[in-house]
Amino acid sequence: MGNDNSTEMTIHLKIWKQDGPGKKGEFISHEAKGLSSEMSFLEMLDVVNEDLVRLNQRPIEFDHDCREGICGTCSMVINGEAHGPDKEITTCQLHMRKFKDGDTITVEPFRAKAFPIIRDLVVDRSSFDRVIESGGYVSVNTGGAQDANSLPINKPDSDLAFEAATCIGCGACVASCKNASASLFVSAKLAHLSFLPQGKIEQDARTLAMVRQMDTEGFGACTNTEACEAACPKGISVENISRMNRQFLKASIKER
Amino acid sequence: MGIFGFIKSSIGQKYVVATTGLLFALFVLSHVLGNFLIFVGPEAYNMYSYKLISNPFIIVAEIGLVVLFVVHLAVAIKLTASNMVARPDKYALQAKGKKKTDPVTKAMWIQGAVIFIFMVSHLITFKYGTYYTAEYDGLVVRDLYKLMVEVFASPLFVVGYVLCMVMLGLHLSHGIQSALKTFGFNHPQYEAKVRTVGLGVALIVSLGFIAQPVYIFFFQ
Repeated sequence: MGNDNSTEMTIHLKIWKQDGPGKKGEFISHEAKGLSSEMSFLEMLDVVNEDLVRLNQRPIEFDHDCREGICGTCSMVINGEAHGPDKEITTCQLHMRKFKDGDTITVEPFRAKAFPIIRDLVVDRSSFDRVIESGGYVSVNTGGAQDANSLPINKPDSDLAFEAATCIGCGACVASCKNASASLFVSAKLAHLSFLPQGKIEQDARTLAMVRQMDTEGFGACTNTEACEAACPKGISVENISRMNRQFLKASIKER
Repeated sequence: MGIFGFIKSSIGQKYVVATTGLLFALFVLSHVLGNFLIFVGPEAYNMYSYKLISNPFIIVAEIGLVVLFVVHLAVAIKLTASNMVARPDKYALQAKGKKKTDPVTKAMWIQGAVIFIFMVSHLITFKYGTYYTAEYDGLVVRDLYKLMVEVFASPLFVVGYVLCMVMLGLHLSHGIQSALKTFGFNHPQYEAKVRTVGLGVALIVSLGFIAQPVYIFFFQ
């Protein structure tokens, strides 16, 4: 704030309020006044919560952590779009200057059966953790690490692995998919390990375990609408989903 | 688990819908190409139909198509239902800007339902419709052309048919690409080709089928 370009804004908010898991939720209206156009979306919510506390009301709960787009914690759907209207950013990187003074903004939690609402905008994404636990790792022997140069990795594969590894596990793919499918997340996690020699060894077992866990958690199936790629703050490609499908078929055929 | 587990998984079910859908797309493509004989004339069209139905293997093909259709429908309904369960509470607003989902891809089941109703009525109207006969060089064959001219004399029928073919075109425009991507053809080498093939087949099938009743209505 305090920058020359900043202008004062008033925003009409419609925010989802839900007291707890399984409770009936509803949109509450709040007029946020005296905002700066240079605030981030989360800073705007901080101001709203200060207002609510002053009014002796319960603040709106929302998830946030790093506030620099790398942790994947902030999770909300703004005007029907996960992480808001801009591509390849998280909610914390969205600024109020993207909106107009006097705008009405609707804020909802990520909605999916596999992401139950804990309170207001906070959802339980531990289904992602269980998918990772099922196979999203590389088994290594303990002891002295071997020389890094003894594991040659070609540049294109290393780039593809790195692109997939930029997934921050925020869940915007699930939130924006009409089927609440976790295919983009799971396929990115599979790709980032499977392209590397350390991860290749367990590729089949990992693919089978993670896809099965994904199904168990109650995520929907992919229908290639590609809404996930559009909403992904890291721009992860849906190409990973096709790769996952191929690898899952291959691993299923070979399974003993 | 293995391959049987694969069929039960969400990805396996997608493979089933994709495989049956693609085979059905090949059928409608061959159907529309064969039907272009309408533009040649009644004899060419009726003789084509005679050669098809007098082939003893037609029953095998028909059973195959019914199986494809039933499996495609059953697995697609099952997947759609579980996809709906995965998002029990709807959003108040839908994305409008850069993150908007193509409405065609969201309405696959609606297009599918329309195509199902169309197919039932199509079979009743034509396959099980009035049996007119025509004679060419002493050979008595079914005069499907006459039945078609009779049916498509009704503007209501033509409009309904055209709308259903638009739905089929939309269904194929996403379905073919989606099926190929499900199989794993999403890669810089194939992406553009997959899109072109999907849209190309959808256009040929829908415009081809639309042209036929329109031609009959205006020129026959």
